[in-house]
Order: sequence, then structure tokens, then C-alpha cells
Amino acid sequence: MSSGQGRVDVEIESKRADEPTQGKVHPNTCPGCGSHYRDEELVKSLRVCPQCGHHFPVRARERIAQLADPGSFIEEDADLRSADPLGFFDVRPYTERLAEAEVATGLGDAIVCGAATIEDEECRLAVMDFAFMGGSMGSVVGEKFARACESAVAASTPLVSVSASGGARMQEGILALMQLPKTVCAIEELHEAGGALLSVLTHPTTGGVLASYASLGDVVLAEPGALMSFAGPRVVAQTTREKLPDDFGLAESNFRFGHLDAIVTRPELRPTLARLLRLFGKP
Amino acid sequence: MRLRERLSKLGGMKLLRGAKLSGELGRLQDQLDRLRSEPSAEDIWQSVELARHQDRPYTLDYVERILDDFFELHGDRGRADDLALVTGLGRLAGRTVVLIGHQKGRDLKERTKRNFGMAYPEGYRKAMRAMALADRHGFPVVTLVDTPGAYPGVAAEQHGQGGAIARSQAAMARLSVPTIACIIGEGGSGGAVAVAVADRVLMQEHAIYSVISPEGCAAILWRDAAEARKAAAAFKPDAAHCLELGVIDAIVAEPEGGAHTDPDAAAKLLEHGILGALEEVESLDPGERRRQRRAKYRVMGILTSA
Repeated sequence: MSSGQGRVDVEIESKRADEPTQGKVHPNTCPGCGSHYRDEELVKSLRVCPQCGHHFPVRARERIAQLADPGSFIEEDADLRSADPLGFFDVRPYTERLAEAEVATGLGDAIVCGAATIEDEECRLAVMDFAFMGGSMGSVVGEKFARACESAVAASTPLVSVSASGGARMQEGILALMQLPKTVCAIEELHEAGGALLSVLTHPTTGGVLASYASLGDVVLAEPGALMSFAGPRVVAQTTREKLPDDFGLAESNFRFGHLDAIVTRPELRPTLARLLRLFGKP
Repeated sequence: MRLRERLSKLGGMKLLRGAKLSGELGRLQDQLDRLRSEPSAEDIWQSVELARHQDRPYTLDYVERILDDFFELHGDRGRADDLALVTGLGRLAGRTVVLIGHQKGRDLKERTKRNFGMAYPEGYRKAMRAMALADRHGFPVVTLVDTPGAYPGVAAEQHGQGGAIARSQAAMARLSVPTIACIIGEGGSGGAVAVAVADRVLMQEHAIYSVISPEGCAAILWRDAAEARKAAAAFKPDAAHCLELGVIDAIVAEPEGGAHTDPDAAAKLLEHGILGALEEVESLDPGERRRQRRAKYRVMGILTSA
């Protein structure tokens, strides 16, 4: 009797143990090695798994805290908000999704921009937040990025961009697509004024953001394991019925094919950017 | 309608860096007069179907009707010749222009050869080579856009699809020569805008220009690709809405029933549209023209302040 009951318990336990890995994994559980961390442990390790080196996603404000000298960041254009130019409604209205994202993230849209110093080197920062509607680029992201370029020109500092995006924001239709040429034109103006763009691609940087400003850095860096593909792996697999290589679209593959200057681990990112800022700085 | 708002605003506004506005005002008023009512969901879906119609004229159908002495330029000088994007030299009403256009295939064999008009990075690199040639020799660039999108494949990603699209836009933003783009069928997302950053962007009456295909949008937001009609009605890829939103500069009329009903007449209308747009920008100083081109994109988007 007791042994039979024991077997049943084991079965139930194993079922319960399997479920989380198939469905929702706790955000603080490492998908690489299964280690679990308290949030403050992850903050301290820059959200890099101390066991296996997996890079967890980083929200925009935390990223700024990781990169900028303490207290140096001064946010710009925080007041900009998305409008609903199309009156877009899928299963829910766009305005409702926006309001929900703002409450959930505490951000006005999917990018945070401003002035900062990194190891005392002045720069402008444009940091995306994937938690705000998948880091999608609509009119506000495009406008804030363009203003960050102009602000960098006005202050004669380089612009450091950290991207994390699923692509253009469908709910803004063709205007979302127009943010590609808009940010590209802003970079052209920046470059003509002698400014520099350092672009850091983090997981994931796909679609319209990869096909515009993220790819146009004077120097392009990526974090280890970051997906950076124009079309996502699922779309590619469905359209082409090709078997995807294991490292499809990842930073490592992109580095091998010559699309990146370097893959930089998160603890190395701040000193690397500081080095580059010094190299691009006026003597 | 937003175009009307834009028009009233433009009346009292100084353009960025002192660019002149009088030409644009007249042009907008003309276009506005033609738009009688906002397209309905049915009108939008009809445009989606006409834009993809199997008999719709493609780039080379227009090339043979509009350009004299067309000479095709092949290859990206790096690794391939992408047949989904055609580039070449030809004469348009007496001047040499560089033509860049997507080309779908008419039958299955040609469609396979042309990859259904979906370019690899090699195609955009060929386009950039043609743009550089145009700039060197002072030839205007005319692009005809007709693609479901840039090709989503393993090799395309490995060869740098995203970076190629970004760089192609940057190349167009840098050009000193006049640039005219016309969406003649499907203006599919990044693969379209890669060759559509121009002084004047035109759109045929039944072409579509969109951030994602109706099926793709439906699959993501409705979780059902069969809801494509609803998706199209929601994101409004038709020419009238693109004009209203300030994304294009003018609509090129098509023969009754769509361009495929009378390709010769469609080509005449297209030629007229391209020449009109070209004449507007040809007289500008090259630096001023480029400044205005960038200023136009700089203000695209609609947002508010909290």
C-alpha cells in the first residue's frame, strides 16, 4: 500500500516539475542552466547568470544604471507619448495596450533617452525597453531617437544606442515603417555633423530596428546570445521550410558573417563603451 | 482628415531650415481635392487584391513603355546578381536616369527565378551600387517598388538582410541627385522602404504600402492569418490613407478597374506622374534638395505630449 502510494506521489511530482519548463519559466530562472536567483542577486550580477553566463534581459532604467556614472543621467523628452493615428483596434484598442504598458513598465514608451557620462566621458544614451510592447518602434521611439541624435550633435558628444526590439509597431501601420527612414536620416545628419553612433544590440533586436538605426553604428556591438535577425526564426522556418542552424540569427553567427565589430559580455560593456568614447572623443 | 490639418498647419509654418513651402502647398491642395471620401474596409481590401493581381504590370512592363534604350545593370560586384531587384540605365523624356525596381515573375518559372520579388541583401547591394553610379554621373534615380517584403531566409540573414536594408536607406538619404520612388504594387515593409527614401514618393491608386502584410498582422494580433481583411482595414495600407498620413507625396491614377486592365494607359499615367515629380525637384540646388528630403522624413509620425 505505502509503496504504491509513494509511486503515485513521485508521478505527480514529476508532472509538476515538468510544467514550468514547458509553459512559463520564472523570469529569474536561468533558461541556460536552470539556476534560480533572487532579484537582488541578479541586479548585483548585472543580470548575468553566475553559473553559466546567460544574459538575462535588462530593463531600460536598470541598463542606464549599469552603464552611466551614478547620478549622471539626465533624461530628455520623457513627456512624449504615442498617439493613435489609425484608431487601431485588433482584439483590443491600441490606446488600451498603451495605457497598460505604461502602467506595467512605468515608461512613456519603449525608449529612454538622455545625457550621461560613462567613466567621465560625456555621451547621449538611447536605451530601448523590451517590456514596453515588445520594444516595438512607433512614432515616439523614432522621434526620441531622432532627437537623441540632434541632442548629441548640439552637445558634440557621441550617441550610445542600446536596442532591444521586436520590430516596427504594427498598431501605427505605415507610420511605424516610416520611423526606419526617419531614424536613418537622423543618423545621416549626425554623421555629417561629425558625430558618432555606438550601437549595442541586445536580445532581441529584430525587424525594423535592426533594419534601421541599430545596424548603422560607427561601431556595432552585441551581447552574447542576442538574437539579431531581420525576420524572426519562426517566420523563416514557416516561410522557407528550411532547417535553421542552431545559432540562427544569434550574435555569434552574425559576428562570424561579419555583421558585428565585437561581442561584448555585460560586465565588459561599460569599460568597452568608455574606451570607444575616448577613441571617438575630441583630443 | 489629417491631410487637411496638415495643409492648414503648413500654411502658417516655416519649414525646417528655411526650405520653401509654396510648391508643397499647391501639391497638397491638388491631391486633397481629388480625395472625395475616406476609403472603406471594402475599398482597402480591393486595393490589396489589385496590388497583388497576377496580371498587374510589373517593373519591366513599365520600363519597356516608359524608358528608351534601357540597359540592365547586373550584379552587386560582391557575390551575386539578385533578379528580384532590377537595376539599369535608360532615357526618360530625354534624360538618362538610373532605374531600380522590384520584379515579380509572371509564371511559376520566372517567379522562382525572381524569388517572387523578394530580394536578398545582394539585391539591395546591387541597388546601392546603382545609386552610387547615379550620384557620380548626376543621373536622377527612379525606383519602382513592388515586393511582398525582403526575403526571410537563412542565407539572407547570414548575408546581412537587416543591415543591407538600413544601408540602402542611408544611401538614398545621402544622394545629391533627384530621387523619385513609386509604389506600383505591394510596398511590403523594410524590403520596400529600402529603395523608397526619395524626394517624392508616389503611389499608384491601387498599390498598398504597409509595415507588415495583412496575413502577417492577422497571424500576430488575431492569431489567425484568415483575419487578413480585418487587419488590412485596421492598418490601412491604401494610397489615400498613406497620403493622408503624409507618407507619400502624390497618388498616381490607374485606368478604371486597375492597372492590369490597360497597361499602356497605366504606363502613360505613371510616366506623367514621375515626370511631374521629377520636374518639381530637378530645379532645386542639390544640397537643398537633400536637406528637404531628410526634413520630410524627420517630421513623419504622429505623437502627443503627456
